[in-house]
Amino acid sequence: MRNAMKNAECIIDNGQQEGSTIMNYELSIFNSSRIVRIAVLFVVSCVVLTAQSVDRSKPPVLGPTPSLKVNPIQNFTLSNGLRVIVYEKNEVPIIQMNLVVKAGSVNEPAEKLGLAGMTANMMDEGAAGRSSLELSDEIDFLGAEIGASGGLHNSGVTLRSTVSKFDASLKLFADILIRPDFPATELERLKKQYITSIFQGFDQPRVIAAAASSSLVFGKDHPYGRTSAGNEKTISSFSVDDLKAFYSTYYRPNNAFLVVVGDVKAAELIAKLETAIGGWKQGDVKSVTVAKSKQVEDRMIYLFDKPEAAQSVIRVCRIGIDRKSDDYFPVLVMNTILGGSFTSRLNSNLREKNGYAYGANSGFSMRPVPGPFTAASDVQTDKTAEALQEFMNELNGMTKPVSDEELTKAKNYVALSFPDNFSSVGSIAAQISEMVDYNLPANYFNEYIAKVMAVTKDDVRRVAKKYLDTDDLAIIIVGDKAMIEQKLKATKIGKIVPMQATDVLGPMPKL
Amino acid sequence: MRTPLFLLLAMTGIVAAQNVRLNVPYEQFTLKNGLNVILHVDKTTPTVTVNQWYHVGSGYEKPGRTGFAHLFEHIMFEGSKNVPEGKFDEWLEAAGGSNNGSTNVDRTNYFEDIPSNALELALFLDSDRMGFLLDDMSQSKLDGQRDIVKNERRQSYENRPYGYAFLMLSESLYPASHPYSWPTIGSMKDLSAASLDDVKEFFRLYYAPNNASLSIAGDIDPVKTKAMVEKWFGEIPMGKPVPPQDRTVASLAAEKRMTIEDRVQLPRLYMAWHSPATLTPGDAELDLLASVLAGGKNSRLYKRLVYDLQIAQDVSAFQSSSKLGSMFVISATARAGRTLAELEQVIQQELNTVKTTPPTQREVERARNQYEASFIERLESVNGKADMLNNYYYLTGNPDYFNEDLARYYAIDPQDIATVAVRYLKDNERVVIGFVPKGKTDLSVTNAPVVSTEGK
Repeated sequence: MRNAMKNAECIIDNGQQEGSTIMNYELSIFNSSRIVRIAVLFVVSCVVLTAQSVDRSKPPVLGPTPSLKVNPIQNFTLSNGLRVIVYEKNEVPIIQMNLVVKAGSVNEPAEKLGLAGMTANMMDEGAAGRSSLELSDEIDFLGAEIGASGGLHNSGVTLRSTVSKFDASLKLFADILIRPDFPATELERLKKQYITSIFQGFDQPRVIAAAASSSLVFGKDHPYGRTSAGNEKTISSFSVDDLKAFYSTYYRPNNAFLVVVGDVKAAELIAKLETAIGGWKQGDVKSVTVAKSKQVEDRMIYLFDKPEAAQSVIRVCRIGIDRKSDDYFPVLVMNTILGGSFTSRLNSNLREKNGYAYGANSGFSMRPVPGPFTAASDVQTDKTAEALQEFMNELNGMTKPVSDEELTKAKNYVALSFPDNFSSVGSIAAQISEMVDYNLPANYFNEYIAKVMAVTKDDVRRVAKKYLDTDDLAIIIVGDKAMIEQKLKATKIGKIVPMQATDVLGPMPKL
Repeated sequence: MRTPLFLLLAMTGIVAAQNVRLNVPYEQFTLKNGLNVILHVDKTTPTVTVNQWYHVGSGYEKPGRTGFAHLFEHIMFEGSKNVPEGKFDEWLEAAGGSNNGSTNVDRTNYFEDIPSNALELALFLDSDRMGFLLDDMSQSKLDGQRDIVKNERRQSYENRPYGYAFLMLSESLYPASHPYSWPTIGSMKDLSAASLDDVKEFFRLYYAPNNASLSIAGDIDPVKTKAMVEKWFGEIPMGKPVPPQDRTVASLAAEKRMTIEDRVQLPRLYMAWHSPATLTPGDAELDLLASVLAGGKNSRLYKRLVYDLQIAQDVSAFQSSSKLGSMFVISATARAGRTLAELEQVIQQELNTVKTTPPTQREVERARNQYEASFIERLESVNGKADMLNNYYYLTGNPDYFNEDLARYYAIDPQDIATVAVRYLKDNERVVIGFVPKGKTDLSVTNAPVVSTEGK
């Protein structure tokens, strides 16, 4: 594989949209002046050479930018108050349903860490009197995918099936969503599986680094700083009653919404949903507010020893922005330049220029309150200090003005690749879920491209200064301490704090 | 909707009959220089994918140059005569496009996902590297990508728990002379040895239009696209015929057993067998057998090892299909305090059972339905379709082999599954590797001497 880049991540959460509007978008992606700008860029950056019969001296000029036709987003409310958002996409006979419940690990009490995830994962372990194995057999026999999972602010039950198997799949989905049994024997089995997987996490440098970046940036008492997987003690303590209580408190139609994308007719679908899940009862759900966390202080290098590691896992972290921030689009563009695309500065530097790594990237996890900013790379052990120095150079470099060319490229990349988000039922469902969850404006998709294109050089510099202050960074390194510590010290980038995996993953389970 | 249906669903009343008829209309033509071109229109979104296959993979490498096909894949993005270094990616990103490539034992693929107005840009870039890569080749480009590939190897294999498993499996299954005996990522030693002359020779031999296939899918106008392909690729000269690959059928004369000490806490078992080549008889049966053994909670190995006995944390089984021959693999991770010998004993019991008693009709149908769903899912994206068109063309000469491929799975009955298990999963012709924590060789399978991964 040539590269393993990932784009800036954005974690979905919160917000609910009122009313029921039907929108029909015709997105015109570009105005003509933008096209001219791309053409200019090509002429400037091209070497003039001719020898072949075809004129290859410059790349072909792009034709007019195509428009993306977004189908209507149709809003409905079931008799039990469940909001349903339908997007018809009829090319492939597949249906995707994402039921989003607005509760996750942030709703867990401190002594029950991991409860949201366990509750979700137990939902298909027995429902409406069917055993775990019976449910699994029926789902697999349909060739459908039905599953539940828990996140930070949300949990979800999803279904994906072909049209011909949809009715049968929906019946199973409904049983899992509104009639889960939470059998005690299955809970005991899953507890052992969870604890074993926490145990396995100690083998994996990336798992240690991920846990470290949460707990060292937000602190162990903040909902974003706790390990949402829980630990041996909390998981061992789960009872069937704990799960049932979490479920009956939060899994309510008035605390959820359903996004359906695919080869459906909305009216028919709504009738089916009414029959299948219309009986799901409302409840009194109190919302949980997550406090905004304090920014990290000072610049520290938290060093986890992994003897004989071939690479050091580096994560440079601080607190970024929330999803509803006015700086959303400037940050999106700024991060694209820094580490959100293949030609970004971090990847160009650490990979292409220096060859220290297979890749480097950065991203802002945007949540209801500011989540982490992380710049990341796995670098060869003997270049750890050099690589960290390059991270610092690039983060600091972002506070200087970017070139027109770099800005245009980043904006075009973000804006022009937007239609790709509408190519599969899965990605459309994710887009719409985010829109509903954060109560983004009805014309959000329509204005997306214009908002990206409106970002200026000054915006980029302003948000870089505001969010990439390198005086306050939590730098996490998981690597071969004996090989890297001295050189890291010599960089004087930050005080080195020796760490143990148990500091961030909790005590090693006793198995 | 502007798009015609490209998947037509037709239910039949017969349970075992194929109930999905796949229709992926395409147009195919060959340029004078031998370049095969496949076009497929899908106007769902205003995007296009340009998918280019070169019919060369790590199975074509010379001894002492393992990993070269993949290293070469990296070099293909570093610019060509009319595309200065770095501009391949910059120009594509400025047009809203992204790209990647991948190499396996049989082939190397490249793709650009782009807004439809950037099609000609992608064709320009792809044709320039096909025609004029060496005009701008340099030692520094090679050195730069070599360092990156070494880090890819570290990241994907060396620094990953059990990461040496597949490096060791291919080496153990195949004799050193067989082109599948070395891993696609190559050895560090061979990556270091790759020279600029190797780059030139490899390009001239394998990267000619007559050894490639270009599949373009998405929001395209076939007439205009055809003209663009002619314009940009037509002038590239045909290369020499590619030398035939050594097609020795590999087999094992005896069971090979070994133990590897790794920086892990839980032991993991790998078992591997030679199995029939992709699309040949037995290949689809083994796909379904893999699912009967380890697909879902009711599969035989999962249910016994993970669900009932709870002596394993996970289990998986799969048929890894390739052109010259395939590999059937079972792996399972032991729970703390359990040994791989215990896991092997249960796996052996289940293999014996499936050989003597065919699976039930429902087990086979469940496996087939799961397979069919994942098959249809791949057809949702233009990228997936373009790649499959190229794949089928390479393997069968017919890009539209979707229904023939799927039909194989509908022709399978329970007895067929038992038959392939007996025929291919022989106890005395397999590789068994036990990964154990350092110093805990007693947790491994029996009769499995410790081997080193040094230099692998």
